[in-house]
Amino acid sequence: MKGRKLLLDKIGISGIETFEIYKKNGGYRSVEKALKSMSPEDVVEEVKKSGLRGRGGAGFPTGMKWSFLAKPEGVPRYLVCNADESEPGTFKDRYLMEHIPHLLIEGMITSSYALGSNLSFIYIRGEFMWILHILEKAIAEAYNNGYLGKNILGSGYDLDLRVMPGGGAYICGEETALLESLEGKRGNPRMKPPFPAVKGLWGCPTVVNNVESIAAVVPIVNDGGDAYAQIGIGKSTGTKLISACGNLARPGVYEIELGLSVEEFIYGDDWCRGIANGKKIKACVPGGSSVPILPHYLITKTASGENRLMSYESLADGGFLSGSMLGSGGFIAFDEDQCIVRNTWNFARFYSHESCGQCSPCREGTGWMEKVLNRLEHGEGNLRDIELLEEINKKIEGNTICPLGDAAAWPVAAAIRHFRDEFEWHVTNREESQTRNYGLCKEPVTA
Amino acid sequence: MVKVTIDNIEVEVEQGTTILNAARQIGGEVVPPAMCYYSKLPGSGGKCRTCLVEVAAGSSADPRPMPKLVASCSTPVMDGMIVKNKTSDRVHENRGGVVEFLLANHPLDCPVCDQAGECHLQDLGYEHGSQKSRYEEEKRTFEPIDIGDTIKLHMNRCILCYRCVHVADNLTENRVHGVLNRGEQAEISTYIENAIDNDFSGNMIDVCPVGALTDKTFRFKSRVWFLKPMEAERSCNKCSGKAVLWMFGNEIYRVTARKDKYGEVEDIDGKPGWICNDCRFENKEVSKWKILGPRVIDRHSVISQGKYETKIETSTKKIN
Amino acid sequence: MKAHIDWSLRHSEKKELSRASLAKIDELITQVPEGKHKTVLMSALHLAQIEFGWISIETMDYIAGLLKIQPIEVYEFATFYTMFHLDPVGKYVFEVCRTGPCMLVGSDDIISYIEEKLNIKVGETTQDGMFTLKTAECLGACGYGPMLQCRHKNHEFLTKQKVDELIEAYRSSKVE
Repeated sequence: MKGRKLLLDKIGISGIETFEIYKKNGGYRSVEKALKSMSPEDVVEEVKKSGLRGRGGAGFPTGMKWSFLAKPEGVPRYLVCNADESEPGTFKDRYLMEHIPHLLIEGMITSSYALGSNLSFIYIRGEFMWILHILEKAIAEAYNNGYLGKNILGSGYDLDLRVMPGGGAYICGEETALLESLEGKRGNPRMKPPFPAVKGLWGCPTVVNNVESIAAVVPIVNDGGDAYAQIGIGKSTGTKLISACGNLARPGVYEIELGLSVEEFIYGDDWCRGIANGKKIKACVPGGSSVPILPHYLITKTASGENRLMSYESLADGGFLSGSMLGSGGFIAFDEDQCIVRNTWNFARFYSHESCGQCSPCREGTGWMEKVLNRLEHGEGNLRDIELLEEINKKIEGNTICPLGDAAAWPVAAAIRHFRDEFEWHVTNREESQTRNYGLCKEPVTA
Repeated sequence: MVKVTIDNIEVEVEQGTTILNAARQIGGEVVPPAMCYYSKLPGSGGKCRTCLVEVAAGSSADPRPMPKLVASCSTPVMDGMIVKNKTSDRVHENRGGVVEFLLANHPLDCPVCDQAGECHLQDLGYEHGSQKSRYEEEKRTFEPIDIGDTIKLHMNRCILCYRCVHVADNLTENRVHGVLNRGEQAEISTYIENAIDNDFSGNMIDVCPVGALTDKTFRFKSRVWFLKPMEAERSCNKCSGKAVLWMFGNEIYRVTARKDKYGEVEDIDGKPGWICNDCRFENKEVSKWKILGPRVIDRHSVISQGKYETKIETSTKKIN
Repeated sequence: MKAHIDWSLRHSEKKELSRASLAKIDELITQVPEGKHKTVLMSALHLAQIEFGWISIETMDYIAGLLKIQPIEVYEFATFYTMFHLDPVGKYVFEVCRTGPCMLVGSDDIISYIEEKLNIKVGETTQDGMFTLKTAECLGACGYGPMLQCRHKNHEFLTKQKVDELIEAYRSSKVE
């Protein structure tokens, strides 16, 4: 059974965005359970047991992240929800917040209690301003019903919750850039160490979690960490929101149990129903624009011939040589008529545009790659440009302050790795490359 | 105290010391270059990535190597840490990459740049750069502008080290310039062509590692290597009055703070020896100063005195 | 050669925020710990842009005064975040997403169509001052593209026909 839903199960209920209907349908149980019968440590323990991994993209175990939070006497601690969803291909948090805002509010209250935060924030990207208003409304309802404010449910626990907008900067999805932005500054990522768990918002210990991670705390507390860990496969526990887009017959946001086969997800009737207009799939970026692209022959099967599954491990099977990453769950499919060079250029332009400009490899390197790819795409490239791109890549990767450098380098490296023929064809067939697309890449012949 | 080994040399330093500062305690060849870090400016560092080093062992407690190269200026040492700088091929290769990035949009206008001869980017390019640039794209260009009567901003040459921003933050009440825009478009600016007008603004020139911020009162007067640096002092109610005069014959061409081999202002009476604008710009007559004697410039650069032999030696090595 | 920011263009007529916006800013300041009011800068700029249409130097100086911070802190901030229009714009600003997932489903064609339809290029404003066309990087609507955002509203699954209807609706003030 791969159809269990823990986050979106109530999404079809009319009026679920209101406190009343949400509560009537079992909402806010986790707050009652946690505040009335559990210590904060108990909640952290359940999250640890659940095996929940950060849903923003890095996949770091949430319980472990929580346990790193420093707790010096007399210093406030903060929980900040990262709702700055901006990784191309990713629109799952938006869907959740738009349709079932109280799930996030509930998760924030329960998680804030676990971490000992009395003032928590949701930092939402500025382009989601209408969702900010949805959340503000939901928060006001929660205050009115005694789930926020002083002495919540008579437990003696106080919590204020605020929503703050971003202003248009992908980099603010990086947790320390987000904190800078929240403090009213440019979103320049901070040097680490110190990590936010020690020195975060206004220099105080802070946990930053993705929307979906916070929401997942609700079923974890309701049903127990063990029950959550039963769902999924191996170390990929629970359910994951996947936002499917690109050339799919039915793009949208789906909640899957981790371990669903990629083939089922792309072609199944319950999911994306295949490629739009009956075309063939050419490539797929399974976890948001920064993860390596997979050519058609590595999407549903791994290099060793096993079925590829929607899980952290299976999508990464083969490493960067023949695998990719689950990332944020932004699943982008490319049909046979798409141009990989154009798309790689497009992504490079995105990362160059979004680089904060603080450190030299990212500032200069992303801009350089964008310019070289622009030439290649427009029939003005040389064969040595392809090697140059690989070189620039290597000099960016791992050498930057924050992961944006890697995020910019990986898609270019993977595209050249799997679609080198197509890149070369853009150089050797300059004119033709401006009038038609290359088509599917050839599968390497293995002995 | 913790023990750290850098390029096979062991040193004992205080807890919390960064790798870069531990290396500076050893001195010499093992010290990584730093273009943005400036020990006298809290908050500086981490950005340029030229000081990247390899950590071959994290600590005695956890001797695993660190997977990525780390910025030595902002990574604290741990007891038993083993660091490779000069002895690491990875460092050499990646530092070369950083230099290539820093030079990608740099105009390479050294022949007409006042910083030539004392430019850290020149030194870095000499040490780590390659003969030929692979950057064939159009360079990012800006018009030079005046930011006040005494300072010229050549944004083309800027490597966005943020040092001048930290100077303004640390030495003055109201900062009026900063970094605007982002990514490749980021620039140092006042946004509204404001004059930077405070008693210590001239220190921005001293901390600038390249020719982005130069002394307008000295522009095109002379190449620095033709000048004689002299230690001097005067009584000043704004700063220590201890400076270096850059002289040609009996004329003072330029006044700067006293800087050490890392290009940082020296401590004077236990405090960083920043000088005020009066000393820097307004007192160019010899009679205003008490000249103490020649200043030895201990830097691996064109202006180094008495170092021509080593210079020739290394140049020959490079050619061969 | 790129000149430094041409600031002669950046002076707006309106000087002060409405009482409602000022009250909102005051309220937001009470919601953060004392002395951390700089946090409110983002919200203040959004409010200003809603009222003034764009963010001029006067507006930035004014907001710096409201929050008791230096003007340069506002300049640095506003030039970092792409949602703020630092040049005058039309009444309606179309920001069309051009990033990968939208491109795969035809955003390039939509951008060209809007250019043709409004007779302006990306970055320009129509002569009547009604529309400005900009492109944007990923707006988080990847499954619903092509799309554009205007006045904090998304218009998704765009087709040429939908663009026609949208422009007409804005022209006749049928939508805000």
